[in-house]
Amino acid sequence: MTSSDAVVAGQSRAVAYGGGSGLWRASVARSSVELKSFFRNRQSLFFTLLLPIVLLLVLGSIFSGTVPGTHTDFKQMFVAGIIACGIMSVSFNGLAINIAIERDNGMIRRLASSPMPKTAYFVGKIVRVVVTGVLEAAILLVVGVALFHLPMPSDPGHWITFSWVLLLGAASCSLLAVAFSAVIPNARSAAAIVTLPFLVLQFISGVFFPYSELPAWMQTIAAFFPLKWMTQGLRSVFLPADFAVVEPAHAWELGRTAVVLGSWCAAALLLSLLTFRWRGANVR
Amino acid sequence: MSDDQANPIRVRGLRKQYGSSHTLRGVDLDVRPGEVFALLGPNGAGKTTTVEILEGVRRRTGGEVQVLGRDPAEDSPRWRARLGIVPQTTGAYTDLTVREVVEHFASFYPAPLPADQVIGMVGLGKQERKQAQTLSGGQLRRLDVAVGVVGDPDLIFLDEPTTGLDPEARAEAWDLVRYFADQGKTTVLTTHYLDEVEALAQRAAVIVAGAIVETGAVSELGGRREVPATVSFTATGGLSAAGLPELPPDTTVDARTDDVITLRTHGPTRALAALLPWAAEAGVGELRDLRVHRPTLEDVYLKLIRENQGELS
Repeated sequence: MTSSDAVVAGQSRAVAYGGGSGLWRASVARSSVELKSFFRNRQSLFFTLLLPIVLLLVLGSIFSGTVPGTHTDFKQMFVAGIIACGIMSVSFNGLAINIAIERDNGMIRRLASSPMPKTAYFVGKIVRVVVTGVLEAAILLVVGVALFHLPMPSDPGHWITFSWVLLLGAASCSLLAVAFSAVIPNARSAAAIVTLPFLVLQFISGVFFPYSELPAWMQTIAAFFPLKWMTQGLRSVFLPADFAVVEPAHAWELGRTAVVLGSWCAAALLLSLLTFRWRGANVR
Repeated sequence: MSDDQANPIRVRGLRKQYGSSHTLRGVDLDVRPGEVFALLGPNGAGKTTTVEILEGVRRRTGGEVQVLGRDPAEDSPRWRARLGIVPQTTGAYTDLTVREVVEHFASFYPAPLPADQVIGMVGLGKQERKQAQTLSGGQLRRLDVAVGVVGDPDLIFLDEPTTGLDPEARAEAWDLVRYFADQGKTTVLTTHYLDEVEALAQRAAVIVAGAIVETGAVSELGGRREVPATVSFTATGGLSAAGLPELPPDTTVDARTDDVITLRTHGPTRALAALLPWAAEAGVGELRDLRVHRPTLEDVYLKLIRENQGELS
């Protein structure tokens, strides 16, 4: 092939490279690789998918009695909280660790060097979070119902609340993960650095202890972050209406939940746009 | 596209500055269609920075850069589809098999090479079903090369592609470079191995402290053609520097040590033609330690580096 042939071939290829179909193909390819690597990797399977399930089994078997001021079994409050944790785990922990690893092992750099439309990378991440999030929520629900008598709501209204709380929760946590990955220096420290905020938020957001029993300053800090609102939203789905009296506002505050989670989505999206790097000193 | 037909890479006055430190201080480069072009220089001279600016991976501070007729900073997917990039650091592709990795990257290109062919070309046929994280360092490097070229690029950047490879893998990597050169593709190669440059590249540039100090055909780099050849032997029997026969007129004789005679001349063949009957006449059938030495690329390269580092630092 002479060089002018190569140029012609380049032009005809450029024509063949249609924007829309290129994005679709690349998104399918990314999504498939995301899921393969998630389910083949024992570390990601254990730390993000199985850990909340193990927590539910162990702690659910320890907790007993009812939440003070209500007739609600403590275990049921805990199941609602741990589903929110499970969603945070697959979105925030899973994604932040995954992006830190891909930045460290050269994947992000090589994708940026290829003609892959950049959007396809994030489509793949969304598919990863959606599939693992649905799986996580389904397993926790089944375990919660089977072992801890979690009452299933029978009206569509509660299920609609369930869906949008999980969706907004997963979206805000995923976007936060993209932004948070910028402060992770390398792949080795990723799991440790991600686990700290996750653990702290679990303790102060009313997962293991009724939220109203926490010191006021802890409640104030927790109210700034998504997990508190996710647990509260899910309690509104699974717990009886009169449980709302022990919530800080003596109500479920679903409107405020939507506003807080929505604001986190917007803020974290902005942060992600400012901090995500396809190239640079940290991208090896 | 006319620029593109002229030269796939055209760089004028390229500068890169981090704070007050100048990594590149005015680099000019022309890479011609279909050639293998080597970029040489010591560590930290600016080779990788230059290549990464050409790849659109890094932004420049100043100067003009055209790669395949486009400014790399535009970073358009159509332009990317014609580039093949093998970065200096080896990538790790966790939880995917060799074949999956190659097919994955192939899916981003409009007209990729068949995965089988690329896997064969880099010599990973036996490993294609193995998970990438179980590969050896050299095998991972080959997988990197496969990922870089699977899009059937018109212009290939290879940043130290053979570092850490065993001799056999290195030979395979060379074959791969020749394969693309035979297809009329253009290759920019950075490497520390000068034998690699001699074997693969037609032209080369030497970069020292952020500036190009020499550019030209590999065979003529650093005035290699102008530097005289050296003929040396150990004087035995009745031979001595004083009794040398008539030699080509430009010959200089160096006989500082008693028995080793060193001649520098542009006509080593004619010098030998005079020396051999002279030795035979003196009854010396075999000139001991006879050597004809032309300056190697390494000689001129090291000389260039020494001269220019002294100047710049």
